[in-house]
Amino acid sequence: MNLTLKVWRQKNSADKGKFETYEVSDISPDMSFLEMFDVLNEQLVNESRDPIHFDHDCREGICGMCSMYINGKPHGPKDAITTCQLHMRSFKDGDTIVVEPWRAKAFPVLKDLVVDRSSFDRIIQAGGYISVNTGGVPDANEIPIRKDIANEAMDAAQCIGCGACVAACKNASAMLFVSAKVSQLALLPQGQVERKSRVENMIAQMDGEGFGACTNTGACEAVCPKEISISNIARMNREYFSAKVSSQKV
Amino acid sequence: MSWLTETLTSTLGRKVIMALTGIFLILFLAVHLTGNLQLLKNDGGEAFNIYAEFMSTNPLIQFVSKGNFFFILLHVLISIFLTRKNRQARPVSYQVAVKSETSTWSSRNMGILGTLIFVFLIIHLKGFWYEMHFGQIPYKNYDGFEARDLYAVVDQAFSQWYWVAVYLVGMLAVAFHLSHGFQSAFQTLGLNHVKYSPAIRFVGLAFAILVPAGFAAIPIMMFFT
Amino acid sequence: MNLNSKIPEGPIAEKWTKHKFNMKLVNPANKRKYDIIVVGSGLAGASASASFAELGYNVKCFCFQDSPRRAHSIAAQGGINAAKNYQNDGDSIYRLFYDTVKGGDYRSREANVHRLAEVSVNIIDQCVAQGVPFAREYGGLLDNRSFGGAQVSRTFYARGQTGQQLLLGAYSALSRQIANGKVKMYARTEMLDLVLVEGKARGIVTRNLVTGKIESHSAHAVVLATGGYGNVFFLSTNAMGSNCTAAWRAHKKGALFGNPCFTQIHPTCIPVSGDHQSKLTLMSESLRNDGRVWVPKVAKPKLTAKEATKIPEEERDYYLERKYPSFGNLVPRDVASRNAKMVCDEGRGVGNTGLAVFLDFADAIKRDGKDVIEAKYGNLFDMYKQITGDNPYEMPMMIYPAVHYTMGGLWVDYNLMTNIPGLYAIGEANFSDHGANRLGASALMQGLADGYFVIPYTIGDYLATMPYTKVDTDHEAFREVESKLKAKLDKLMSIKGKQTVDDFHKALGKIMWEYCGMSRNEEGLKLAKGKIQALKKEFWEDVKVLGSQDELNMSLEKANRVADFIELGELMIDDALHRSESCGGHFREESQTGEGEAKRKDDEFSFVSAWEYKGENQAEELHKEELVFENVKLTQRSYK
Repeated sequence: MNLTLKVWRQKNSADKGKFETYEVSDISPDMSFLEMFDVLNEQLVNESRDPIHFDHDCREGICGMCSMYINGKPHGPKDAITTCQLHMRSFKDGDTIVVEPWRAKAFPVLKDLVVDRSSFDRIIQAGGYISVNTGGVPDANEIPIRKDIANEAMDAAQCIGCGACVAACKNASAMLFVSAKVSQLALLPQGQVERKSRVENMIAQMDGEGFGACTNTGACEAVCPKEISISNIARMNREYFSAKVSSQKV
Repeated sequence: MSWLTETLTSTLGRKVIMALTGIFLILFLAVHLTGNLQLLKNDGGEAFNIYAEFMSTNPLIQFVSKGNFFFILLHVLISIFLTRKNRQARPVSYQVAVKSETSTWSSRNMGILGTLIFVFLIIHLKGFWYEMHFGQIPYKNYDGFEARDLYAVVDQAFSQWYWVAVYLVGMLAVAFHLSHGFQSAFQTLGLNHVKYSPAIRFVGLAFAILVPAGFAAIPIMMFFT
Repeated sequence: MNLNSKIPEGPIAEKWTKHKFNMKLVNPANKRKYDIIVVGSGLAGASASASFAELGYNVKCFCFQDSPRRAHSIAAQGGINAAKNYQNDGDSIYRLFYDTVKGGDYRSREANVHRLAEVSVNIIDQCVAQGVPFAREYGGLLDNRSFGGAQVSRTFYARGQTGQQLLLGAYSALSRQIANGKVKMYARTEMLDLVLVEGKARGIVTRNLVTGKIESHSAHAVVLATGGYGNVFFLSTNAMGSNCTAAWRAHKKGALFGNPCFTQIHPTCIPVSGDHQSKLTLMSESLRNDGRVWVPKVAKPKLTAKEATKIPEEERDYYLERKYPSFGNLVPRDVASRNAKMVCDEGRGVGNTGLAVFLDFADAIKRDGKDVIEAKYGNLFDMYKQITGDNPYEMPMMIYPAVHYTMGGLWVDYNLMTNIPGLYAIGEANFSDHGANRLGASALMQGLADGYFVIPYTIGDYLATMPYTKVDTDHEAFREVESKLKAKLDKLMSIKGKQTVDDFHKALGKIMWEYCGMSRNEEGLKLAKGKIQALKKEFWEDVKVLGSQDELNMSLEKANRVADFIELGELMIDDALHRSESCGGHFREESQTGEGEAKRKDDEFSFVSAWEYKGENQAEELHKEELVFENVKLTQRSYK
C-alpha cells in the first residue's frame, strides 16, 4: 500500500521544528510500524536526506523505548500495544498518517521523535525502591504474600515506563506512571517500611519535574500499552494523604 | 515550607481541595434544590418565601452560606492555579489529537464548564441573592411571620424567556460538570473500591441528571404557568 | 600465553566457600577510594553497579539506551532457575549444576557452574526482598514451573515477564544508589574503547550519543556487562541496539574471546515475513508442551495456515514425534531447531517463504478445551495474532528458529576477570557458564549471580592489590585512544559511499545465517570467510553515513557497531571452522552420528577456544583452556 506521512522534524532541542511530508510506497501490511519507518529511512538515506530519528530497541513491546504519537494517539490506533507492535494492516492504502513526538515540558524533544524521559528515572530515584542491600535478606518463602495481592502488585509492576500516559493526558500528568510504582510497593509487605517516605518523595519529585495534575479523565489508562488501571492513582492519593497526615516528617 | 503548606500546594493537595470543596458544593446543591422546589407549590409563594426569609436571616445558615461562598471561590481559584500548571506542562500542543476515544468530553472540559457555571452564578446571584440581601423587596405577612416576597421576584424573572434560557444553559453546564466531577472527587480522595466504585459512578450520574433537571424544571414550569 | 583459569583447589562444593575466605578484602573505609566503571545496565550491569555502590565503591555506570531500565534483559519471558527445592521434588544445588553442565553439552567449566547453582538460591531471596512480584501459590508461597526439559520444577516466574520484573528490581537498587550519589549514571552514552595503563584496564572512552562528545573516564577497574552479540546475524531476538562493540574493542585491546561460534538458535520464533523484517520475536518455549510440530509429508509450496487446517492427518508429518518418540515435541532447543531447518531444506517448509513449520494446537484445544489453552497461553496467542494477523485458536501457528543467545563471549577466569588485569566481563558478555548450549531460564540466573553475588567479592581481591592513585584522563593513554577513535569516526563519515549501513548489516547477517547458523560445514565456512573479508573491504569503501558527528546520529552509531560485527563475524567463522566436532548449538555436518545427531569429539575438543587478536587483517591466535570434568560423566545426549 501507499501512504503519506506527516512527521515532526526537529534538529535538536533548541530547534523550533516543523512537520515534513513524505510518501512511501509498496508497504506490506505485515510490516510493523517501525519497519515502515525503516523503509522510509532507507529511502531518505538513499536520497541523501537525514533519516528520521526515533527511539526503539526491543521491538517486542516490553522495553518501553518506542514513543510515537500516531494520528492523535500515543502508540497509534490500537489498544494495549506499543508502537513497535503496531502493524501496517491497521491502516488503509492511501492513508495520511501524522506522527509526532511525546509532548510534555518534562519530556523535552532531543531530535525529531526522540524525547528525553530521564524525569521518570529521577522519580524512581526519589523513592521507587525498597532499601535492601545485596545479601542479608530473609529466605524468599519467609515472606508469604496472598496470591491476589501478588497479582495486583504484578498488574501495577508491568509498567514499561514508555510515557504514553503523559503523552495522552491533556495535562501531561505522570500520575499513572508514579502510581503504578507506588501501588506495587505499597501492596507488598516488603514495601511497608518505607511506605510513607516513598510516596511523599516521589510526588515531590514528580511535581518538581513539571508534570501536570490529574483531572481523572482516564485517557492514560485508555492508551497504556500494559493496561494499568487508574485505580492505582486513587491508591496513590490515599497513600499520599495518609503519609502526609501521619508521617513524622514536619 | 511546613508539611501542611507543602501538602496543600502539591498537585495532589490542590486536587484534594478541589474534591473537598466540590463535594461540599454538591451537598449544597441538594439542599438548595429541596428549598427551591417549594416554588412549584401552588400556594402563591408562601412556603418559599418563609423558607427564603429563614435562610437569609438565620445566623447559622448565614455562617454556612459564607462558607459556601468561600468554597466556591476556593474551588475557582485552585482550578485556575491547576489549569495554569497543566498548560505549562505541555508547552507545545499536538497537531492531531483524537481524545474522544480515550476520555469523555466533560472530563476534558471541566474548566470551560466551570467558567460557564461561574458566569451563570454571577447572573443568578445578582438576580436573586443580591435582591434579597440588598434590594428593596416588599414584605408579606404569613400568619404573623414577616417574609419578603422573593417569590414575586422569581415569578417575574421566569416569565421572561431569556431568564429561562440562561437557567437552562446554566443547568446544562452543571449537569456535565457534575457527571465528571462527582465520581472524580471520590477518585481524587482515593475512595475507590472494586465493590463500591460502580455504585459511586451510578449515584454520580443519577445526581448529575436529576438535580440539574430538578432546578431546570422550576423556570420551565413557572414560565408556562 | 598461559591461560590461568584460577579455579580454586578442593572438592567442587567447597571451592567457592574457600575461595571467598582466601580472597583479599578492601577495608570499608578504603572502598571509597576506588572507582569502578560498569558498562551496561542489564541484569548483570545494574546488579553489579548497585552492589558495588552498597559496598562503598564509587561507580560509573553506562548504557546506550535512554534509561538503564530498558536493557534487553527486560525481554526475557519464561523465568529464572534456582535450586530452592521448594517443590520437594528432589532438586538440589548439585542437580542444577549437573543439568547445566550436561545441557551445555560438556563445554563449560565445572567450578563456575557449581558456583552459579550455589548462589541461585540467594538470587530469589534478594529479588523477593526488593519487591519483585513473583507468581505465588494460594498459600502465599512462591510458585514454580518446569522449564526447558528439566525434570524438576525450579523455575520462578512473574507471568511472561520475568526478565522485566527482575531487571526493574535491579534497576530500583541501582536507582537508589544513584540517588545516594554512589553511582553516577550515564545514559545514552556508548563505550567505544578500553584504555590500558601499564597493562591494566584503567578506563574507557565513550561517545555521548546526544551531543556526540568523545569523553574519557578513568577508574581502578572496568566491568563489561554488555550482553551478547546475536545481532551479528542481523535478524535475531535481540534488541535493535544490542551490539558487540564494547566487548570487541576490549578484545582488540588484548582480551581473549571465548568460544565465539557458540550461538543458541531458539526453535519457536515467529517466522520472517519479508525483506522488511527488522527483528524476530520469540514465542515462549512452553508452547511446545501442548503444540504439535508438523509439515506436510509432500512439499506444498506457499501453504498457508488456513489451508493447513484442511490437510488430513495422514498427509501430515509430525517429524519430531516420529524421530524422537520418547521426547517428541519436547526435545531440547538445538535439536528442535535443527530438525525444522532440515524439513525446510527438503522443501517441505510452509508459508510464503517456505521457511516455517506448523505448531498446531488443534488437538490440545480439542482435548483440554479452548479455555484451558487460553489460560495457559492467552497472552502468547494474542501476541502471535497481533504480529501475523492469524488466529492460532483456529489455525496452526507458524514458527521458525531464530538466533536468541550467544554462549560465547570474553574469556574470563574463575573471578570473572579477563586476561587483562582489572577488566571483568559478566552476564552474557562472558563465555563462562553455559558451554555450548544454554538451558531455558538460566540466562537471568547467570546475569544476576555474576552481578549480585560473584563480582562484588572477586573485584575486592583485585582492588586490594591496587594503589589508590587515580589516573588522570589527561594521561597520554587516554589522549591516544581518543584521537584514534576520532580518526575512526572521521573515516566512517568521510567514505560517503552508496550503500546504507543496513545494507551491510543485512549482507553480513545473510552470510552468517547461511554458513554459520544452525548447521555448519567446512566448505561453507571457508566460503563465508572469503565473503566476509570482501564485505569488510566493501564496507570501508562504500558505506554511506549522513549527518554529522556532533549530534544525535543513529546512522553513525549503527555504522560503528556494524563495523565491529563484521570483524566478529569473521572470528566466529574461524572458530566454527576450527571446532570440527558438533556440540550443543554448534552442529558440524562432518561430525554426526549415523542417525544424523550431533556428535562430540571429547578427546579432541574438550577445551575452551580463547582467541587472541593479533592486529588488523591478521589471523587470530588460538589458545586452549582444557576442560577437566571431575564430577560429571561425559555422555552422548540422546532423545530418541
